[in-house]
Amino acid sequence: MSYRIIAKENLTQDIHLLRVEAPAMANKAQAGQFTMVRSDEKGERIPITIADWDKQEGSITIVFMEVGATTKKLARLNVGDTLLNFAGPLGRPTEIKFFGTVVCVAGGFAIATIVPVARAMKQAGNKVISIMGFRTKSLVFWEDRLKEVSDNLIITTDDGSYKRKGLVTEPLEKLLEQDTINRVIAIGPTTMMKACSTTTMSFGVKTMVSLNPIMVDGTGMCGSCRVSIGGKTMFACVDGPDFDGHAVDWELLMNRQRTYLDEERESQRLLEKRLRPEF
Amino acid sequence: MAKINLNRQPMPKQSLESRKNNFDEVALGYTPEQALEEASRCLQCPKPPCVTGCPVGIDIPDFIKALREHDMPEATHILKRKNSLPGICGRVCPQESQCEKSCVLTKKGAPVAIGRLERYVADWERSHPELVRKQGPHIDHHGKKIAIVGSGPAGLSCSAQLAQMGYEVTIFEALHSAGGVLTYGIPSFRLPKDIVQGEIDYVKSLGVEIQLDQVIGKISTVDDILKNGYAAVFLAPGAGAPMFLDIPGENLNGIYSANEFLTRINLMKAYLFPEYDTPIKTGNRVAVIGGGNVAMDAARCTARLGAEKVYIIYRRSRTEMPARQEERENAEEEGVIFTLLTNPKRFIGDDHGKLTAIELYKMKLGEPDDTGRRRPITIPESEFTIDIDTAIVALGTKPNPLIPSSTTGLDLTRWGTVKTDAATGKTSKNSVWCGGDMATGAATVISAMGAGKIAATSIDSYLKNTG
Ligand SMILES: Cc1cc2nc3c(=O)[nH]c(=O)nc-3n(C[C@H](O)[C@H](O)[C@H](O)COP(=O)(O)OP(=O)(O)OC[C@H]3O[C@@H](n4cnc5c(N)ncnc54)[C@H](O)[C@@H]3O)c2cc1C
Ligand SMILES: Cc1cc2nc3c(=O)[nH]c(=O)nc-3n(C[C@H](O)[C@H](O)[C@H](O)COP(=O)(O)OP(=O)(O)OC[C@H]3O[C@@H](n4cnc5c(N)ncnc54)[C@H](O)[C@@H]3O)c2cc1C
Ligand code: SF4
Ligand code: FES
Repeated sequence: MSYRIIAKENLTQDIHLLRVEAPAMANKAQAGQFTMVRSDEKGERIPITIADWDKQEGSITIVFMEVGATTKKLARLNVGDTLLNFAGPLGRPTEIKFFGTVVCVAGGFAIATIVPVARAMKQAGNKVISIMGFRTKSLVFWEDRLKEVSDNLIITTDDGSYKRKGLVTEPLEKLLEQDTINRVIAIGPTTMMKACSTTTMSFGVKTMVSLNPIMVDGTGMCGSCRVSIGGKTMFACVDGPDFDGHAVDWELLMNRQRTYLDEERESQRLLEKRLRPEF
Repeated sequence: MAKINLNRQPMPKQSLESRKNNFDEVALGYTPEQALEEASRCLQCPKPPCVTGCPVGIDIPDFIKALREHDMPEATHILKRKNSLPGICGRVCPQESQCEKSCVLTKKGAPVAIGRLERYVADWERSHPELVRKQGPHIDHHGKKIAIVGSGPAGLSCSAQLAQMGYEVTIFEALHSAGGVLTYGIPSFRLPKDIVQGEIDYVKSLGVEIQLDQVIGKISTVDDILKNGYAAVFLAPGAGAPMFLDIPGENLNGIYSANEFLTRINLMKAYLFPEYDTPIKTGNRVAVIGGGNVAMDAARCTARLGAEKVYIIYRRSRTEMPARQEERENAEEEGVIFTLLTNPKRFIGDDHGKLTAIELYKMKLGEPDDTGRRRPITIPESEFTIDIDTAIVALGTKPNPLIPSSTTGLDLTRWGTVKTDAATGKTSKNSVWCGGDMATGAATVISAMGAGKIAATSIDSYLKNTG
């Protein structure tokens, strides 16, 4: 099996897009699913959401942010290179149906992963309002893409350098006060998903989040990805990754995400040393 | 009749000093002299009970006789007639509850070391490929395609058989390496990975195609496979889903399922971190919960990764432990502390969600239960705690629902295993067979291998009859 990279785009300095040849996966992929990626023989298996798929071309698009050794290695690949392993589509697809008005909230790299969700929600007849949040103007990407699949698009930056200043939860709260919102989808950093869930809680609007615990296999055989939902332990890779944000034990998730902090730093340090031997 | 010799040859082992710091094989294998000496102890019983004790009925006295007569190609041939993975089975079969249990010399306390002899012959074969009679692939191609799901012992043995019968066989494997538990579960100090790779290469040499990264139930379903021109499907996905204790604190940082722990080590090579990217945390004080092979493997891995204290927490006594005797002995030699007749009550953590201790109940044994082992009973108010920073839950595994839930018309048992006719491997679904841990629940390498062979025979006769 050879998973050839057929297109690459640097969306921001740290966020990259790869379009990868994977016809069988493209045939089955649905919004909300992910793939397990391994770049080389010594590499780790990491989960990345399927940001788009093209059945005709037989390709899968992934968008990822450089945060550690594996994502940095992936970022160095170019068109014509291949990924060593690419398994998917994994996880349950996002629940798509007619709800009425749906708010899609995304932060950071997750803008890319929310596009197929918003598109599918719109195709299902929903009114789709999207909110995208960034730290600052230079990190903004895919504004046009999300606009295309939304009835209304709101953009926030933490520092106010572009559009509305503030966090995504502020416009979200306004919308909840003004309109009847039937469902909220929030994808992004854990703290952002948690904040969105807290915001919607008092309005009683069901909020689905896409959890990102540490995974190994992504097929339900290790339990590394276990999360607690309404007091019940679930495996995010097979029971999720989408869960009801109001039932998630956020503290547990954040604790477990920090398990390998020391080792992650060590890996990155070594990678940088390999890439820039003079340091 | 020759005088009975009760001097069972011991297995030469890597020294305790060196093996505690590496993942190299512990049992080094018999020398030729030892093998001959051990083989000479066999009484060549006319009605050998050992053969009945072997799940695949290896002609044990015959291969031992050939070994005794220095006819190694013949010994190899006899073994391989019934067991296509002798190098693996000789190392990991629970001989003491199978062939060696039935050996007539067991009553005298010294059964013939059949497993060690099997391993000796298989290792000879590997180092003398030129002298072994090749069973070349069947030339009579049927042009029929068969799909195998999973590349563990059940999938490998079934595909080898079918390829030799002339079928076009494709294995779909979810992970990025073939071999199933042999690859991701059993550590290299017990089963070196080049031996597993040798068996996989052999299966490939018969023309079997292995497609990795194929999670069946996701990238395609069993129904898709049948629609895409495969005449039959053999399901061999094992029983890979880990079981947890379901007690308070089980999601604290530092608590692994044995599957996660062993997968990080064996499949991802986390013991070579940071050369390999996948990390693993093994602290200084480790509790491994369970008494089977999986628990021994996990405990012995942590000892090798530098843990100071490694406890096995098991709720029954030593006699009921399901782990192979040899591995129990090795574990104890390596300093693993057996905390028998104890059962976890809860895990205790600090403010950062990190494991710090385990609270245990003391247990006692009651009447035998339906497994024939004495039932463990909790002693009230017997709680005590042990300070630990890592826990590994090795309670066993159950079938992963990915395939059952995505396949139409596949009947399951109440344990979630696929309902399978043991004599043929047939399931409730047309053109679909099943074998190995997915059919029986977690069992053994040899039984999975045997099930693969049975299914191959049944698939062949079914396809011959349907034209
Ligand atoms: C279902 C799912 C979908 C995801 N989709 C995307 C996506 O579309 N784009 C994207 O940029 N990121 C995505 N992530 C997160 C991504 O997997 C991690 O950023 C990546 O594993 C980091 O690896 P690293 O070696 O570069 O960084 P590391 O230095 O190893 O880790 C940096 C951070 O990533 C987390 N992490 C590390 N290893 C893993 C792992 N094996 N599994 C999950 N998280 C890990 C750590 O907790 C840490 O916070 C997703 C995660 C999940 C679970
Ligand atoms: C740590 C450990 C130690 C053990 N020690 C011993 C021992 O000493 N002696 C002994 O006899 N037995 C031992 N066992 C048990 C023995 O390994 C198993 O009984 C045996 O491997 C079962 O074989 P199998 O072919 O049914 O499944 P497995 O070996 O589990 O292989 C199944 C394969 O199918 C793949 N798969 C699963 N789902 C899918 C899917 N949806 N699509 C595609 N592929 C899929 C898996 O990735 C895996 O590669 C041990 C088990 C473990 C975990
Ligand atoms: S039962 Fe023991 S002594 Fe008799 S044939 Fe078998 S191995 Fe030899
Ligand atoms: S990642 Fe292993 S069970 Fe989910």
